[in-house]
Amino acid sequence: MPNLEHPAYPAATLLRLESLVPCRESQVSMLLSIFGEREQFTFPSIFIYGHTSSGKTYVMRTLLNTLQLPHVFVNCVEHFTSRLLLEEILIQLQNCSSETTPASRVLCDNFNDFVRLFKQAVTNQDLQDQTLYIVLDRAEQLREMEANILPAFLRLQELTDRNVTVVLLTEIVWELFRPNTGCFEPLILYFPDYSIGHLQKILSNNHPPEYSADFYAAYINILLGVFYMVCRDLKELQHLAALNFSKYCEPVVRGEANERDTRKLWKNIEPHLKKAMQTVYLREISSSQWERLQHDDGDPGQLKGLSAHAHVELPYYSKFLLIAAYLASYNPVRTDKRFFLKHHGKIKKTNFMKKHEKTSNHLLGPKPVPLDRLLAILYSIVDSRVAPTANIFSQITSLVTLQLLSLVGHNDQLDGPRYKCTVSLDFIRAIAR
Amino acid sequence: QCRHLLELLKRTTLHGESNSALIIGPRGSGKTTLLNHVLKELMEIKQVRENLLKVHLNGLLQTNDKVALKEITRQLHLENVVGDKVFGSFAENLVFLLEALRKGDRSSSCPVLFVLDEFDLFVHHKNQTLLYNLFDISQSAQTPVTVIGLTCRQDVLELLEKRVKSRFSHRQIYLMNTFDFKQYIKIFKEQLSLPADFLDESFAQKWNNNVQHLSEDKTVQDLLQNLFHCSKDLRSLHLLLMLALSNVTAQHPLLAVADLVEASKQRGADSRANVIHGLSVLETCLIIAMKHLNDVYEGEPFNFQMVYNEFQKFVQRKAHCMYSFEKPVVMKAFEHLLQLELVKPVERPTVRAQREYLLMKLLLDNNQIMDALQAYPNCPTDVKQWATSSLSWL
Repeated sequence: MPNLEHPAYPAATLLRLESLVPCRESQVSMLLSIFGEREQFTFPSIFIYGHTSSGKTYVMRTLLNTLQLPHVFVNCVEHFTSRLLLEEILIQLQNCSSETTPASRVLCDNFNDFVRLFKQAVTNQDLQDQTLYIVLDRAEQLREMEANILPAFLRLQELTDRNVTVVLLTEIVWELFRPNTGCFEPLILYFPDYSIGHLQKILSNNHPPEYSADFYAAYINILLGVFYMVCRDLKELQHLAALNFSKYCEPVVRGEANERDTRKLWKNIEPHLKKAMQTVYLREISSSQWERLQHDDGDPGQLKGLSAHAHVELPYYSKFLLIAAYLASYNPVRTDKRFFLKHHGKIKKTNFMKKHEKTSNHLLGPKPVPLDRLLAILYSIVDSRVAPTANIFSQITSLVTLQLLSLVGHNDQLDGPRYKCTVSLDFIRAIAR
Repeated sequence: QCRHLLELLKRTTLHGESNSALIIGPRGSGKTTLLNHVLKELMEIKQVRENLLKVHLNGLLQTNDKVALKEITRQLHLENVVGDKVFGSFAENLVFLLEALRKGDRSSSCPVLFVLDEFDLFVHHKNQTLLYNLFDISQSAQTPVTVIGLTCRQDVLELLEKRVKSRFSHRQIYLMNTFDFKQYIKIFKEQLSLPADFLDESFAQKWNNNVQHLSEDKTVQDLLQNLFHCSKDLRSLHLLLMLALSNVTAQHPLLAVADLVEASKQRGADSRANVIHGLSVLETCLIIAMKHLNDVYEGEPFNFQMVYNEFQKFVQRKAHCMYSFEKPVVMKAFEHLLQLELVKPVERPTVRAQREYLLMKLLLDNNQIMDALQAYPNCPTDVKQWATSSLSWL
């Protein structure tokens, strides 16, 4: 692994930096060579893009903090209007040098005032001509703000005539950022994603002290084997690793197997991980619920999810109404006769049908269905006789409020209201039990 | 063009003539540099230095006429004169400012130079009042005023209103990058060479020899040729050179061919391919499913349900190493692709529609997908096979 060398910074700091950012040495050395010495001017704007959790924010922060470079770090999702953003930059700039004087309120409405106040603030502090870095995280939000913010930030060095560099961190590629009439092109850097070897190395660093590193590494191997195909996000994998480790260690704790007995450990953990994929990974249940479940070791059928299929208890007629709505929305009108009447005839396949066979309704989504048809299907699937009382109609309205059905069309349409069923087949199956 | 501009400005300041001009050129063709150079030359004339007042306005900063007016007041140092006066209209305000200039100095008035950067953004202000008044004053010749606009849009005259356009003198200076490849290489050499008054003479000599050697190297010439074909402007050349130069350290004092090659490779990397490189296998399968849908239905928008269907078909018929995942897991992978903006919804999602049935478009090209798949690490072979197969079972 190459050592980070740079004449401007002491070797001890660089060594510490290297230990804090595993698997990212080449990116850090590239950044260091671009930044140069403290007083040197660097590129006016740098655009860094990379996948989710590829370490962009972390590396930038660690680099700037460890080397004690003057910087301002702002998240564009947190400060989502231009005014919030510009004021936050000015406030952080004031806090940058003097910790004793409290930050006075700055009022900055537009970019013109920002440039003026920025120039004042930079000369007030004794930065001694060091490069000031303004780091904007989640920079894709800049596109949503006013149109002059992004080009102005890219040119900030030219507009303020000071030694400042703007760094943009984001997941979206540069081509989607470029404004219509062009702008000052930044230097584009890519942070590559971690390979499976890197992921293993980083995850194994967090092992708890009671167990050996090899034991934890084997666990990480198993975890990656199950989850790597689905997701490569470092944050998610760390979360999953932390949650499931206690379950993995159970056989060792209980004394059934020792650390090296990989087959037993694997048999124990495998169904558990599969269950985790369906629940915790999807954030259907919270991690505290998951841990409680592990302790109880109860019947997995009792899992109550957030998108709570089992939570919704509908009255008898509502269930039938919903099923009728589903059938009505997804079956074309032609087939009604066949499904719902006692004596059905054969359906002749016409030319028209042959052409449209490929696009089944299941792929395109539910179609709106008039009220009469809905009620007709309801009568045919409920065994007993149903009287068209106001009760039924009020249940339809309550289903609409629950957003299980949706009302399509205006209130003043003469043909009567049309409804669409907005739930999926799995939900209907769950209800029908 | 330099001389033209210089003459124009001299006429304003020395002879008291009012003028206006527009400098038009694509991005990076040196408009601001030209203006700064001309201004520097101008400042060397003593009479100009004492008299001329400059106001620099930028379209990116002054997004509003009111802000622009405040900025003009500030740059002319007339804040205390204006004080708390309330003006009826913009024109009154501007005239007052210029009067104040006149009375403040001598009997003859001072020439004022207005430089408007990103001129096309000023055009979008309400009623174009600032432009109208500036051009009006430059035509009515009370105080000698020159207005110079810099812009990158060639059709900027169409954007002006009729009354504004009539007051403009229609003087346009075009800056196009008209040099050919030989001159491009010469510029490359000039940019890299150290100036004659560099402190360490022997090093400067070595460096310049190295630069000469580099400019004759075949690989370097190919590189520059590629860049030249993409874009002629000097900014991209600068970026490339700065990137290569950042590798120069005390241990590695001379620029090498490898530095330039590496710098250009980095600049030319396809960003979308890089993004695909980092996706998980499931997400890649979804992209391949979308590609097949695009092929079959000739680019019509699709929704998640269709993609999921394709994926299921693949898993049931052909895959040996992929097993079928639950639908919510696949949905989460799909939403990750949405977040990365590889897939975009055709219209804004309404509250009523279900997420699975929202129509989407894929923002990647077939070639990009195939190239990226070649570079994808540890790609399972049946996934690759599926990508290259044509759909014959439909």
